[in-house]
Amino acid sequence: MELRPILSTLRRHKTTAWLLILEIALTCAIVCNAVFLIGQRLQRMDLPSGIAEHELVQIQLGHVGKNVDAKAQTEADLAALRQIAGVRQVAVANQLPFSFGSDSNGSLMLDPRQQQKTAQVAEFMGGPGLLPTLGAQLVAGRDFQPGEYVDFDAAVQALHDGDARGLPQEIILTRGLAKRLWPGQDALGKTVYFGNNLPFRVIGVVASLARPKQLEQGVQYSTVLPISMTAADGSSYILRTSPQERGAVLKAAVAKLKQLDPNRVVLVKRTYDAARREYFADDRAMAGILVGVIVALLTVTALGIVGLASFWVGQRRRTIGVRRALGATRGDILRYFQTENFLLASFGIALGMVLAYGLNLFLMLHYELPRLPGIYLPVGALVLWGIGQLAVLGPALRASNVPPVVATRSV
Amino acid sequence: MFGYYLDLALRSLRRNKALTALMVLAIALGIGASMTTLTVLHVLSGDPLPGRSGSLYYPQLDPRDGHGYLPGKTEPMDQMAWIDGMNLLQAKRADRQALMTGGDAAIQPENGAFDPFYEDMRFTTAGFFPMFGVPFEYGHAWGEAEDDAHARVVVISSQLNDKVFGGGDSTGKTLRLDGSAFRVVGVIGDWHPNPNFYDLNRKNYNENEGVFLPLSTSQDLGMAHDGSVDCWGNGGSGQAPDHDSPCAWLQFWVQLDSPAKVAGYKEFLLHYAEQQKALGRFQRPPNVRLRNVMQWLAYQQVVPDDVRLQAGLAFGFLLVCLVNTVGLMLAKFLRHAGELGVRRALGASRRALFAQLLVESGVVGLVGGAGGLLLALAGLWLVRRQPAEYASLAHLDPMMLLATFLLALGASLLAGLLPAWRACQVTPALQLKSN
Repeated sequence: MELRPILSTLRRHKTTAWLLILEIALTCAIVCNAVFLIGQRLQRMDLPSGIAEHELVQIQLGHVGKNVDAKAQTEADLAALRQIAGVRQVAVANQLPFSFGSDSNGSLMLDPRQQQKTAQVAEFMGGPGLLPTLGAQLVAGRDFQPGEYVDFDAAVQALHDGDARGLPQEIILTRGLAKRLWPGQDALGKTVYFGNNLPFRVIGVVASLARPKQLEQGVQYSTVLPISMTAADGSSYILRTSPQERGAVLKAAVAKLKQLDPNRVVLVKRTYDAARREYFADDRAMAGILVGVIVALLTVTALGIVGLASFWVGQRRRTIGVRRALGATRGDILRYFQTENFLLASFGIALGMVLAYGLNLFLMLHYELPRLPGIYLPVGALVLWGIGQLAVLGPALRASNVPPVVATRSV
Repeated sequence: MFGYYLDLALRSLRRNKALTALMVLAIALGIGASMTTLTVLHVLSGDPLPGRSGSLYYPQLDPRDGHGYLPGKTEPMDQMAWIDGMNLLQAKRADRQALMTGGDAAIQPENGAFDPFYEDMRFTTAGFFPMFGVPFEYGHAWGEAEDDAHARVVVISSQLNDKVFGGGDSTGKTLRLDGSAFRVVGVIGDWHPNPNFYDLNRKNYNENEGVFLPLSTSQDLGMAHDGSVDCWGNGGSGQAPDHDSPCAWLQFWVQLDSPAKVAGYKEFLLHYAEQQKALGRFQRPPNVRLRNVMQWLAYQQVVPDDVRLQAGLAFGFLLVCLVNTVGLMLAKFLRHAGELGVRRALGASRRALFAQLLVESGVVGLVGGAGGLLLALAGLWLVRRQPAEYASLAHLDPMMLLATFLLALGASLLAGLLPAWRACQVTPALQLKSN
């Protein structure tokens, strides 16, 4: 196909051609970045939590009036919950990965004298059986032993008095945090510090346990402390069951707890899946909006191409007739318009790539996004070429159907 | 003349219905998307207390130890520790001041009329109500005397009044909270500052606190705190933070009516910080801030990033739609270059042609704007169905309605400028000859 006649025609319609190129370029830039943003959101929604997500239900209670003996009541509740059919394990937890509600965090240091914290870590607490109930997998060391647990109230009091002996001495970390703290070394037996010189010895490492919130501080930077919580501390009961029995177990557990002490209000009752879904609801909505924008953009651009191509075909009917009369086949005319569109799309895509990178740089500056991976550009180019060819097909077919006799008519 | 141009424009638009529809659709989509996101942005970044917010200030101190301090870079804490809050409150250096924090407690029925339920609460001091201009439907706020007496009094929202007492003047009635009896002294009228500027630790929008009671009373009863607790050193807390533990968990607001008073208060804060450092309680050099409501909201970046991103995206989309419309309009005008040539030959000036073409693009803009308005209403309906906490606030107000039409008209006139100018360049003789 000879390109020269196409280029010289385009030169005669410089403004219109440039507008089409600009439109394709803008679309290319926005679509590339929007697809990238969707990818980021999906990746976030897909983050591993490290727990047996589909087997857990959560119940949080509020106590009306003063609670006489929260510890004894929690023990009794746990014992009763264990009796429910389908319940495999039960524990208390102050927080869960990827979920709204209050959360505990601490500034971890490797040396008590250092001025800046090493990492801001999530602190999981609850009591015996927390890790097996959650389904967090120990990959090194051991779980806490019964004698190592300290009651939450006693721990707060010890902290307040500055008495390190009243605090637990052990800690369990995630593999991700251990790698960050001691790259290439064995974490077991190492010591970390919180607050003013409060040491904790690492006795176990779990494969993964995501933090509840503040994901930007490091999704996997979590610790587990041997501190026993009660339902009165704002903690939840976590029940592990089979995925099919979750609904029934949740219902039975709430009924059982109400029966044990009617003077309580259920604040939260949900499966972990529901909690996680709620946490990422905004991301899902944003991904949906981005998909909508992409579809709308591509549609508008495609319709714009159809409109302009139709106009050009109408304007050039005589020329097409002359070419046909001089021996050009229908295929020649079809290919002419397709090539013209391909050229315009290519210019647009080339300009669009530059814009896409510019837009990405702007977003990186304002929204803590990573750099746009190179793969998006060829894929975006293919999509736009494809859409351009599809959009121009109708008008081009109409052009190829212009009969040669048009050349002989005066208007 | 305008009527004639309008007639010409309508004829011309009718002649090529598909192309006209395409232009109108593009403008409508662009305007609809931009107005939806712009309205959300406008609602979320609005002034929570118009007319009042300029004189409300949020003092910040930095009582933390030396750990993690970077001179000139570290911002002071976002909340107050109990000791500092009480000291500043009792100093009474501002026109009005209030110390507060969030909490929650169970509301119990008097005689089993309803199931107990949890309600969000605000523990605060008497200055809260006059300082924030809280309107009262019934009764009144409590005063400093009640604060000092640790009185068991509450002010409730009208929603809670409807829910518990079935509406009406409930002052004097008894409300049971966490096992203690409180006397209702006031019912708040319609008051929903958005964003919920005075405490951004729970929800930024649509926070709905049903009960307000004296901070002193809440501490006597050990009522559960709800919000964030920022500790340093060996700080840690349970559900009700200790008063002498190194933790910040209260919000302190002051009203300062003149710039001189603002400067004076800043001076006072610096002086206070120096004094505390001399006493050995503060370890960092004086690090204080005094932001007013809008500065505080900007510093806290209360408008979600996603909302800004959506607005940017929508304007990018509008830009593409406009470029699209410019192209189509240009194609359309040039197609009728022959007619324009005839009009020129018959004596119409370039200026007249230009005006005529702009009227045509203006019509497209108006129709597109109307379509965009409908799309924006649909878009806002969709936003309200989103899971975000601000969702229910997304409504179009008269100002945004006007803005929609101005944007549509401006955008389409802008889109018409280039094509109209290009079309006016036609040489009458050439156009007449070629056909």
